[in-house]
Amino acid sequence: MSVALRIAPLVFVAAVLQVSAIAGARILGAEPDLLLVTVVAVGLVAGSIAGAGAGFAAGLLVDVMTLGVLGTTAIILTPAGYWAGRYGETTGRGRTYAPPLAAFAVSLAAGLGGVAIHFLLGQPVSAREALVTLLPSAILAAVLVLPIVRLCRVVIAPQQQYEPARRVELV
Amino acid sequence: MTVRRPSAGKSSSRTSAQSRRRLVVGILLLVALVLVTLSFRDGDDGPVSRAQNGAAAVLRPFQVAADRIAEPFRDAYGWVDSLFDARSDAEQLRDENEALRQQVVQAQLAQRENARLRELLQFRDGPRLPDGFQGLAAAVISRPAGAYAQAIVVAAGWNDGVRVDDPVVTADGLVGTVSRVGTRTARVRLLTDDQSAVSAVDLVTDAAGIVRAGRGPRAPLRLDRVPKEAVVRVGDTIVTAGWESPRFSSLYPKGIQIGRVTSVGRTDTDLYTQVQVEPFADMSSLQAVLVLVPADRSAG
Repeated sequence: MSVALRIAPLVFVAAVLQVSAIAGARILGAEPDLLLVTVVAVGLVAGSIAGAGAGFAAGLLVDVMTLGVLGTTAIILTPAGYWAGRYGETTGRGRTYAPPLAAFAVSLAAGLGGVAIHFLLGQPVSAREALVTLLPSAILAAVLVLPIVRLCRVVIAPQQQYEPARRVELV
Repeated sequence: MTVRRPSAGKSSSRTSAQSRRRLVVGILLLVALVLVTLSFRDGDDGPVSRAQNGAAAVLRPFQVAADRIAEPFRDAYGWVDSLFDARSDAEQLRDENEALRQQVVQAQLAQRENARLRELLQFRDGPRLPDGFQGLAAAVISRPAGAYAQAIVVAAGWNDGVRVDDPVVTADGLVGTVSRVGTRTARVRLLTDDQSAVSAVDLVTDAAGIVRAGRGPRAPLRLDRVPKEAVVRVGDTIVTAGWESPRFSSLYPKGIQIGRVTSVGRTDTDLYTQVQVEPFADMSSLQAVLVLVPADRSAG
């Protein structure tokens, strides 16, 4: 089965859960963003192109299900998945702390990006409200990403073991 | 000691992979931007909106199913969460109970007087719903995430008679208005959204103002544009004003409960009285709502 077919159900389930089951939930002042975390995990496990594609599809799904302006969430999640993928392919490759660090950074960037995009689209945004939840949500994303990355490894690349960084060959 | 350098072939393949990556991301972002532009330009009747509505209708069963599966877990979480607030709530409720007991006596006296006045004015006693409206029950099937999205999506749409700007309530009070309608779903802009504005009056003193989203975490709503000379007291109930003029009328019927005044402040520099309002409806845990559909529309 191709990687895209393995990723699709993951993204679909995460999107449906995000808009229906866990949206609006607050844990110690933080809003859990399962979809963003899933996109980051897909990027880390399957690479930057898969991450960008997952982010794009996830964004469109959310906008369709919430009857929002089509494309706004995709604009945020596409670079999020791409960046997580690039980080996983380069600096973060083989590092244990890579998933929480990537989820934390992407969550902060996506929060700020979301405020900026809604502001650009002329939709009133309470920057204070958004900024207050930003840090706790990023910390929650860093915690949530660990089991999601594990799940992604099982679903997307079951035969692929976690490889440490290759050594430089000297002759 | 020599370091083996990558060959020219490897370098060019790395460059092409990099270009491919950038191309893919660029195309995806471009498509997203085009969709945003088309969504804005087309409005609710364009092909993009129609396609979105069609896709939303297809995805609706999945949302409903996920919501139903999650409901017991959400209830359990809400129950545990409420235990933490139980002690402070008990004290508050004791005080409220005392105040309500006194109000009951006052209300009984007022009721007698009211009955007399009704006879005099031939005032028609309406049902609980505002006159001329029917309540269409709809389950809440999704809630857009993020601090910038104060909205919900309900499982009723155009086919059920829902239209843009229809008021949405719960048994507790006003929730918001319909901001977008799909075939079988509708997006509701909550009162806590920055774009919401409701003409309202203080039920006790008749002080008029506009209910908007609050700026602080203590009270999600504020009653704006209340003149300084108007009297508003903590604990007063705020209801929709429901004004009508020959050419225009308020979107909201008269007398729908909105919330209770939690603080009133006046400063020399402010033009208006600062009034904070706690909504009766709990916007964070909405499970089902009533969309108020004009009776003539629902009959037709």
